[in-house]
Amino acid sequence: MNKLKIISKGLIKENPVFVLLLGLCPVLGVTTSAFNGFGMGMVTTFVLFMSNLVVSLIKNFIPAKVRIPSYIVVIASFVTISELVVEAFMPDLFEALGLFIPLIVVNCLVLGRSEAFASKNDVFSSVTDGFAMGLGFTFALTALGGLRELLGAYSLFGYSFIEGDGMLVFVLAPGAFIGLGYLTAIFLKLIGDR
Amino acid sequence: MAKKESNFVNMVTTLAIVTAVAAFTLSMVYNLTAGPIEEGRIARQQEAIRYVLPPTEEMTEFDKLVTKKFLPVTGSDSITFNFAYVDGELLGIAVETYTMRGWEGFISAMVGFYPDKNIVDVVHLEHSETPGLGDKIEKGRDDWSNQFRDFNTSEKELRLKGDGGDVDGITAATITARAYADAIERAYLTLKEVFDEKYLTLEY
Repeated sequence: MNKLKIISKGLIKENPVFVLLLGLCPVLGVTTSAFNGFGMGMVTTFVLFMSNLVVSLIKNFIPAKVRIPSYIVVIASFVTISELVVEAFMPDLFEALGLFIPLIVVNCLVLGRSEAFASKNDVFSSVTDGFAMGLGFTFALTALGGLRELLGAYSLFGYSFIEGDGMLVFVLAPGAFIGLGYLTAIFLKLIGDR
Repeated sequence: MAKKESNFVNMVTTLAIVTAVAAFTLSMVYNLTAGPIEEGRIARQQEAIRYVLPPTEEMTEFDKLVTKKFLPVTGSDSITFNFAYVDGELLGIAVETYTMRGWEGFISAMVGFYPDKNIVDVVHLEHSETPGLGDKIEKGRDDWSNQFRDFNTSEKELRLKGDGGDVDGITAATITARAYADAIERAYLTLKEVFDEKYLTLEY
């Protein structure tokens, strides 16, 4: 399959958040600021990339009936590795993401890509897909985090524009749903899907 | 290469191999990261102790630190007192205190006291309060916690203004602010107890 097509699919046509609506738990949970969204996106990208790589390598050795538990073990391993590494070497990011890193294990986006793509394609296509999907996820989280930070705290990536408290609702959970709804609508309109 | 057949032996061996490799890899990564994680934790704690103690002229802070755990007046878990000395004189006490009353439960903080039991400064250690609201207790995010700097404990109450004390609340995060004041008050009340019963002379 054409690599460029895989990348454009991950970023835009099948953007995991705005089009596939996968992995919404971290999308809604961590996007209180653009930095948090970006950090979460990068960690998820790493997990997607590595798990797609390993799954496509071992796909022929895994009997079909135990493929899901095998994939989950692979994914959980990479999530734990990234959690330990982030805690050890990026304590600031770890403080911000906290509980949400272990939750990448149950992010259906990661298992979804392993099952739907990596288990059927060659290694190079699979890592491209993992990377593209990760970037699409990062893009969506950063956009939503940026929107919520902008409206909720009048700042972006921690730089404040206007003095004041902002619209509190955007920092809290309902703001995540409102923001995601509008961003999804705008995104779908822009790519001409609806 | 054809896919492996899903018979019993194949499934069991495959899962065993996958989990064994995963476990081995994880133990390697754990060994590599355990050191930095522990160092980071200790470094944050030491930094917090230095941050909340009274400033000395050369910023050498102190030449002796006596750490002692005490059971607080209220609450069931012990809190840690760090008595800092310069030339045998008590410089200040950094108390690692906690509360369970945060919006998300546990909050810990380091509270520095002068020998006269007034507060030098307070800095948070761990919490999981709501980002954007409750995390205003953090020093870097908001100047809310600066009100505890040089807080006169003999004249003022470590309770929110709404609860009859002298501590300002945080807009939309009253529970967090109340919990933080609770943690600091626990440190103060226990310190008073420790001083009154003259534990201090026994320790040094």
